[in-house]
Amino acid sequence: MSISREDIEKVALLARIRVDDAQIPALEKDLGNILTLVGQLAAADTDNVEPMAHPLDAVQRLRPDEVTESNQREAFQAIAPATENGLYLVPKVIE
Amino acid sequence: MHEKTVAELSRELESGKISSVELTRHFLDRLKQEDGQYNSFITITEEQALAEARAADERRAAGQATPWTGIPFAHKDIFCTSGVRTTCGSRMLEHFVPPYDATVVAKFRQAGAVCLGKTNMDEFAMGSSNESSHFGPVTNPWGLTRGERRVAGGSSGGSAAAIAARLVPAATATDTGGSIRQPAALCGVTGIKPTYGRVSRYGMIAYASSLDQGGAMARTAEDTALMLNVMAGFDPKDSTSIDREVPDYTATLNEPLKGLRIGLPREYFSDQLSPEMATRIREAVREYEKLGATVREVSLPNASLAIAAYYVIAPAEASANLSRFDGVRYGYRCDHPKDLMDLYTRTRAEGFGTEVKRRILIGTYALSHGYYDAYYLKAQKVRRLIQQDFVNAFQEVDVLMGPISPSPAFIQGEKTDDPVTMYLEDIFTIAVNLAGLPAMSVPAGFIDGLPVGLQIIGNYFEEGRLLNAAHQFQQVTDWHLREPR
Repeated sequence: MSISREDIEKVALLARIRVDDAQIPALEKDLGNILTLVGQLAAADTDNVEPMAHPLDAVQRLRPDEVTESNQREAFQAIAPATENGLYLVPKVIE
Repeated sequence: MHEKTVAELSRELESGKISSVELTRHFLDRLKQEDGQYNSFITITEEQALAEARAADERRAAGQATPWTGIPFAHKDIFCTSGVRTTCGSRMLEHFVPPYDATVVAKFRQAGAVCLGKTNMDEFAMGSSNESSHFGPVTNPWGLTRGERRVAGGSSGGSAAAIAARLVPAATATDTGGSIRQPAALCGVTGIKPTYGRVSRYGMIAYASSLDQGGAMARTAEDTALMLNVMAGFDPKDSTSIDREVPDYTATLNEPLKGLRIGLPREYFSDQLSPEMATRIREAVREYEKLGATVREVSLPNASLAIAAYYVIAPAEASANLSRFDGVRYGYRCDHPKDLMDLYTRTRAEGFGTEVKRRILIGTYALSHGYYDAYYLKAQKVRRLIQQDFVNAFQEVDVLMGPISPSPAFIQGEKTDDPVTMYLEDIFTIAVNLAGLPAMSVPAGFIDGLPVGLQIIGNYFEEGRLLNAAHQFQQVTDWHLREPR
């Protein structure tokens, strides 16, 4: 199965990963080979088969609606690339 | 001292023959002298280890020791360690120092174990050879005995190589598609991947959340049982953790195997398996027959679809999990971003390696508009077919046995050109993760001086039965005691 340059560019944008033109031919080949591999799934008869999300079919637990965590902003922001006055800094979004 | 198992070291500490500080210094010295040739560690935490060893000796003197108090070991660098950098084998987290402990880390800390450092791994656990690590490949100690640079397997290759080289007696590991069992097999050590949900995933950096499972590696089954006694258990901080009592896994190690019903999946002895490997596995099964087990052939008719299903489900979940690495809150950030989009796209292009980016792109594609039903939903249906095969097989037998890898450790660089060739390395291990079952790799001989692993697969929560079967095998064989020299 093949994947087009346009598909790769679209997916790279969705994934927020910059892909340079020079990388496209290798990605076309590698991703194409992977899609060929997973293409085997199409032949499987899965009529009336329920999709499986959890091996033991467990469901999400609920807990009482109580505060259990304390604020650790200082600790968490100490490892951030850039912060100021308790806020995370990013390049200007709105002029 | 480094020849001894965890169980033996624990008895020496208990009898006062040796202190944890002496033991820890011994292993640290070995690690610093020997690891240059293997590259099995990313970070060595000498000062913390010695402080933990001193605390362990005091705790023992106060009569409050556990079997793990004062035992040196290591964590795979996927488990967050408070105050100690945790890289997950990635440039993205090269300087990341977590502000908290993973539950598994906290449990070993409470038991008084001494962590010597963090072991090397494929980047974000994506790989079968440990060649995708940002910190360089791990070299298999057995390959070096032949003068060759062979892979240690992956993704937990650092843990496996370090144990094989006697740099640590035990190490934690994780298994999403074979990442405990395959490196254990290729390095000739014992590894167990528990039932999905048995060991907490809290603080274990996520790759594919419906498949990821933490587990144990050591030289003997008994030592991995001792590890699971610490690691296993319900954790409210992990939403898929299973609330179920944890048995003492060492209590059943000596049960006789008479009457054990072994199934050999026909599909695991296909032509993908090298003839030498098939011979070794059949020889191992014969040992079990001598121990009183019965053997029959079974079938897992959908086994051939496991790799295809995995390479939709795992990348799809990875693409969602790894979206958190945005250059804003922690981890790598590119230099001089010109706007927010540039910050995201360059941070991720520069911070992730080739294989990780490949899987994120495939996963994003599989989840994108118009493709979800054809890929992700279809793969989840196939996943149930694969699970049903195992359910059917376990109505007839107690455990399944087969190979771990198609052939022994390969030469570094041999399979890096084509990702699909590398993916096929996990052909015998992946179905277990899709089904969520527990499985082990047990040393079962050699091919041309390179170790072979026997896979033993059990029904849900039957870790005790697997460990019993592996331990009994290790009472009548000595493959697990062989040392690479």
